Amino acid sequence: MKYSYFPGCSLKGTGRAYEESLLPVFRAMDIELEELEDWNCCGATAYMAVDEVKACVMASRNLAIAEKAGHKELVAPCNACYLVLNKTKHYLHESPSVKRVIDAALKQGNLTYTGNVPVRHPLDVLVNSVGLDEVKKRVKQPLKGLKVAPYYGCQIVRPYSTFDDQYNPTTMDRLLEALGATVVTYPLKTRCCGGSLTGTLPEPGLLCSYILLKEAIKRGADVVATICPLCQFNLDGYHDKIEAKWESVRIPTVYFSQLMGLAFGLPAQELGLHRGFVPMKSLPAQTVAA
Amino acid sequence: METKKQDVRIGFYVCHCGHNIASMVDCPAVAKYAEKLPGVVLSRDYKYMCSDPGQELIAQDIREHKLNRVVVASCSPLLHEHTFRGATEKGGLNPFYFHMVNIREHNSWVHTDREEATAKAKDLTRAAVERVAHHRALEVKKVPIHPDVLVVGGGIAGIHAAMTLAKAGKKVYLVEREPSIGGHMAKFDKTFPTLDCAACILTPKMSEVGAHKNITLWTYSDVIKMDGYVGNYTVTVKRKPRYINEDLCTGCQECISSCVFKEPKFADEFNENLGKRKPVYIPFPQATPQVVLIDPDVCLNFKRGVLTDKCKKTCVEACGEKKAIDFKQTEKLEEIKVGTIIVATGFKTFEAERIPQYGYGRYPNVYTALEIERLVNASGPTAGDVVMRNGQHPKSIGIIHCVGSRDKKTNRWCSRVCCMYSMKLAHLLKEHTEAEIYNFYIDMRTPGKGYEEFYDKLLTEGVHFVRGRVGEVTDWAFTPEEEGKLVIRVEDTLAGYVRRIPVDMVVLSTGLEPHTDSQDVRRLFNMSCGSEGFFLERHPKLAPVNTFTDGIYLAGCCQGPKDIPDTVAQAGAAAAEAMVLIDKGFVEQEPNTAFILETECSGCKSCIPLCPYSAITFVEERKTATINEALCKGCGTCVGACPSGSIVQNLFEDEEIFSEIEGVLVQ
Repeated sequence: MKYSYFPGCSLKGTGRAYEESLLPVFRAMDIELEELEDWNCCGATAYMAVDEVKACVMASRNLAIAEKAGHKELVAPCNACYLVLNKTKHYLHESPSVKRVIDAALKQGNLTYTGNVPVRHPLDVLVNSVGLDEVKKRVKQPLKGLKVAPYYGCQIVRPYSTFDDQYNPTTMDRLLEALGATVVTYPLKTRCCGGSLTGTLPEPGLLCSYILLKEAIKRGADVVATICPLCQFNLDGYHDKIEAKWESVRIPTVYFSQLMGLAFGLPAQELGLHRGFVPMKSLPAQTVAA
Repeated sequence: METKKQDVRIGFYVCHCGHNIASMVDCPAVAKYAEKLPGVVLSRDYKYMCSDPGQELIAQDIREHKLNRVVVASCSPLLHEHTFRGATEKGGLNPFYFHMVNIREHNSWVHTDREEATAKAKDLTRAAVERVAHHRALEVKKVPIHPDVLVVGGGIAGIHAAMTLAKAGKKVYLVEREPSIGGHMAKFDKTFPTLDCAACILTPKMSEVGAHKNITLWTYSDVIKMDGYVGNYTVTVKRKPRYINEDLCTGCQECISSCVFKEPKFADEFNENLGKRKPVYIPFPQATPQVVLIDPDVCLNFKRGVLTDKCKKTCVEACGEKKAIDFKQTEKLEEIKVGTIIVATGFKTFEAERIPQYGYGRYPNVYTALEIERLVNASGPTAGDVVMRNGQHPKSIGIIHCVGSRDKKTNRWCSRVCCMYSMKLAHLLKEHTEAEIYNFYIDMRTPGKGYEEFYDKLLTEGVHFVRGRVGEVTDWAFTPEEEGKLVIRVEDTLAGYVRRIPVDMVVLSTGLEPHTDSQDVRRLFNMSCGSEGFFLERHPKLAPVNTFTDGIYLAGCCQGPKDIPDTVAQAGAAAAEAMVLIDKGFVEQEPNTAFILETECSGCKSCIPLCPYSAITFVEERKTATINEALCKGCGTCVGACPSGSIVQNLFEDEEIFSEIEGVLVQ
């Protein structure tokens, strides 16, 4: 099976541990991810707030390239990219005036987009297209005894909840259980991580991260699992500031793909686990591998 | 009686309907125009044709001018076709020699150009005059009504309807799916706004039903089949085995106390699974009938519902000479004949799990309103002590309104009773606990007698009312005071900011929904459903308890959410409607039914599946289809579909329709 792959800026920068773990995991699942040639900014970041249509033009160029690449579906691991690409598809479908602007812009670059490429999150692909049975088959070191707080963030469920419940998503919960981990009850699953506020209005931004981390610890989690580079960045990157303001809530925040890699028996170093500010302690003593 | 074209003598009347028609249609001009049409011997305009003198005019003209056809151009046939057919008959003619033209709803009310409207009235008149010449005399058939009534559902609606009919001397079959009648009302503690005890007002009615000689009460039973037509329904009822002979059980409950299970162990459905019962049980103390039943899923004498006979059977010992316990009992089918049916199958409450952000099923101290009804009830699982699942007494309680109501993601409708029952529960919880009580509402809806006054009373009792739809119920704490509490996050739209209110207990005021099997019930009784799944009444204002199937009536929440007073009123109305048919003794059937020309029918059977009323069957001996006139509603589907043109419909014969078309087109 082959998918087009849109990494976006995060996976090449602050979130490179995401790509470093995602690619080997997909390889282990026998799925090929083919990176889009000459991809550009997805349109998230500041564009969306300044000029929504321009943001959509950016996104649509990536969609057009993906369509040209000819694979059936496009995988976008960053939740911000995932949202903007889907939002653009939505506009192309629903708003003829936006579509006219986009079509004209694409034409300048000798591109077209007919709206046929579904944009998928790797979590959705792994659980709903490949299936948990296939995942379980590849588990060599079950994450027995590891307590994980499943944290989804906002962009995967708002405004579109394409593959899970808007208020209580469970796709990652099921995946983590398939890996042998214990999923703690974590009703803050889709609460704001602080988003860009940590950079612009630090106080409310950091408060968001603090609550998420504090509650994960309170509920007995060893680690927070995330599916979004910005969430990972916010939860992992500001511990000093949080500690100065409130208290120490040093709990590691890792990508779900990193936990998958561990369960598949891949070496921690090759999964980017060394990149976290709060290091993940080694896995609890392994019971006999399945 | 066929009338030759040259013998046709038509009387034409155009009605002014006060200004309703006359302001847009030049009625005298239409009358003058009609005078010259073929066959018309008399043409008049008149201010109100439906008035007594108007009707008399028709009758008199028929006699004096030897008319043999009548056409009236006035309002919709729905309104006055019956009236004018009566006038035609009074003049000595077969009423089906009459035809009506609608120049009000189809003309004067919808047009703005008087000249064009008048021209249209003339066109329609010409069509009717052409058509009526081909009318034939038809006979109204009378079908007798079986005097017995079936009431489906033994909640307060079914109970009231059955009692009303029984008191009037009618024989009633009351069929209830649960082991006891009483429905949801039996679970309630008090009723709003009077706060009278639900059991005190309901259980006397229940025992009256159980004892009434005119009522055959079948609980733990399902209606599985209905055949026939108005006045003559054949209904099959499945009586599920309760492993107790109802005639022999005296309700002494010795079997329960001597069951091999010393303590109740299994979830008690009547108490919303908050209490426990034994495998042999009676749903609640006032259950009607006072007959126990055995749950084969948990009784040790069964394994997964199959009899193994391996238990010591201390219950049988205790029952002794009465010999009421019968482990070999099997399901039994009863076939009954009734003339009319009242459907009162009730509702189900919204499943609170469907709104995960309110935490039902995740946080033990989140309850549904129905669970609270049992918790504050003196005969409930805690004898009225409001103790939470964690064993503590709540110090603060949040009641969330509109859970599964007024919500585009779940149900759009207002469930009508939740504001009131939420306030009732607030009052009762205040009585039973020391707790601070918060109500979270979108709008307070209190349209009922004494309801707004009840709201006023609650306001003075110190219950907090916060206007805003709750965002979530969560257990993550922001401040030390919130630790260990359930936090209700809500935008207080009166204060204009987002609040976090920590409470010990949350009550979800779940809305009312159609039963999960309402579509099956709809098909069973040939009814229609609205888009939301509640059964559809024939007319929302003027036929609120009738359905589109004659002889089948609705009562209670199966037709839509309503409170007890409205339910009882509707049940009484349904009983009265049934009695209208029973006391009349027969129904008149519109003769506009279809019939099959047997010599032409090729037996292709294409009409049979098309009939929405299952009126067409195939006669094997003749290899032709046949239409049951009593079932046919005259929709014409089969007539249009028949490939050999061998189905004819009275009042819609080819000649009639083609001449009408010709009339409207050829000036």
